[in-house]
Amino acid sequence: MEIQELRRMANEVRKGTLTAVYHAKSGHPGGSLGACDIFTYLFFEEMNIDPKKPDDPDRDRFVLSKGHCAPGYYSALANRGFFPVKDLETLRHTGSYLQGHPDRKHIPGVDMSSGSLGQGISAAVGMALAGKMDGKNYRVYTLLGDGESEEGQVWEAAMFAGNRKLDNLCVIVDNNGLQIDGTLEEVNSPMPLAEKFEAFNFHVIKIDGNDMEAIAAALAEARATKGVPTAIIAKTVKGKGVSYMENSVGWHGKAPNEEQYKVGMADLEKIGESL
Amino acid sequence: MSGVATREAYGKALVELGKLHEDMVVLDADLANATKTQYFKDAFPDRFIDCGIAEADMTGIAAGLATCGKVPFMSSFAMFAAGRNFEQVRNSIGYPHLNVKIGATHAGISVGEDGATHQCLEDLALMREIPGMTVMCPADDIEAKAMVFAAYEHEGPVFMRFSRFGVEPVHDENNINFQIGKGEVLRNGTDLTIIATGLPVRAALDAANALAADGLDIRVINMPTIKPIDADLVKKAAAETKRIVTVEEHWIAGGLGSAVLETIAENPVPVYRHGINDVFGESGPAAELLAKYGLDAEGIVKFVKEHVK
Repeated sequence: MEIQELRRMANEVRKGTLTAVYHAKSGHPGGSLGACDIFTYLFFEEMNIDPKKPDDPDRDRFVLSKGHCAPGYYSALANRGFFPVKDLETLRHTGSYLQGHPDRKHIPGVDMSSGSLGQGISAAVGMALAGKMDGKNYRVYTLLGDGESEEGQVWEAAMFAGNRKLDNLCVIVDNNGLQIDGTLEEVNSPMPLAEKFEAFNFHVIKIDGNDMEAIAAALAEARATKGVPTAIIAKTVKGKGVSYMENSVGWHGKAPNEEQYKVGMADLEKIGESL
Repeated sequence: MSGVATREAYGKALVELGKLHEDMVVLDADLANATKTQYFKDAFPDRFIDCGIAEADMTGIAAGLATCGKVPFMSSFAMFAAGRNFEQVRNSIGYPHLNVKIGATHAGISVGEDGATHQCLEDLALMREIPGMTVMCPADDIEAKAMVFAAYEHEGPVFMRFSRFGVEPVHDENNINFQIGKGEVLRNGTDLTIIATGLPVRAALDAANALAADGLDIRVINMPTIKPIDADLVKKAAAETKRIVTVEEHWIAGGLGSAVLETIAENPVPVYRHGINDVFGESGPAAELLAKYGLDAEGIVKFVKEHVK
């Protein structure tokens, strides 16, 4: 897809995200919206995936380590054709397959159940290791939260990936600077993340995670990097695209009411028209 | 008389299985010499993954490998495999119901001299709480080997509890018929049933034989699968012998004793649970500790005499 097309798609993914959280009456819109450009580029351009063959053993893998951003993830998967976009309205409803956090048993396209922070990256490492053991060419991507990086298990996984030179692994850190209790600094900042990943023998790329061209370039660089895994530190705006949610701690895990939903959708419509 | 430790049988069985199945991989967390996965490491270095002292990460890596079609056997001491790792096992293996086998060694007080920090007495309880998890504990090395083979064939997560200390086997190498979910009557009797799991099964059988001299005709059931427990066999024993004693090298809350009680809750008979009760372990030679906590034949005889009139 052309970059401009991808930007438009990311905006559609944002609409689906907001709609899902609105209908769920709970969930995590802020982080999801911030990561929509990354989700979109991954699923529409970067990754070798096919909605008709979600279990293809040679497909690229994705693990949403920051599992609470399921609304954005699901919206991207739905728009990519893994399941109907309309189903996003059933997110978190009793009986829906769209669980609050990713559930690999029931959701087409979801490679790993996740949501308990720090665990997804380890599963991604296991997938990358399996690829190496089997001599397969697939790549493994995982989206990690910056707040999530406070979990010790993240660094156990990074140590292993670096030591094993898993160059088929690409860790993307969604660096929006905010977590539930406040800014990273107010809580327990894991920064500097770039230097930490470097110390764990990763190739590190720092980008604006809401800039589609920058995402494209970084993922291409990651693909070309041999002998070490790559970490992309993607600076994002939490709540991106919805005016009142942007950079607001309060919208980490809260659903918009009807009025707020309308304002948010109007914001996104306007962005869409400008693209 | 001592025998071969179940951890030893586990390590050797992994090698035999590895020869048969290319998709099998073994993970450890810097304890290969102790858990006996070292044998697999020596035989199949390319399929052995040492995750270092990082059990949480090992659990996730095993999960990731399983999503790609591998059959991972993941090992550490029970304390770390089940205790430290509980939430990782629950969410990364249990919830997605991945085909990971956990070989947890050094369970119970028979760890010996290392003492309480390493003597896991709650692993059966923890693992039993995970939906879809099969939980097993072999009585001897012969059963351990059969169990490891059965675990490979079983689709889904399995937790196996092994010991550092060996006891005289209750099984015959040429005559073992192990099935997941099946208990086994080692001795028939009508006055009382002892249901035991793991290392103390041998002692329970010896105790029953000793108590025969006192006129007690005791049935002894070996229960290698704690979950799903062999409910039919337990209910039959309850109906026929009217009294049950459970024996386990584990907290009496949450493990075998609890599983037996739950099985007959609707049609209860008295169940006397013997094991470790609300205390941590301590340092000492394994055999001495087993005697101190009443998990040798003498201790089981004493327990039965005290509780069963």
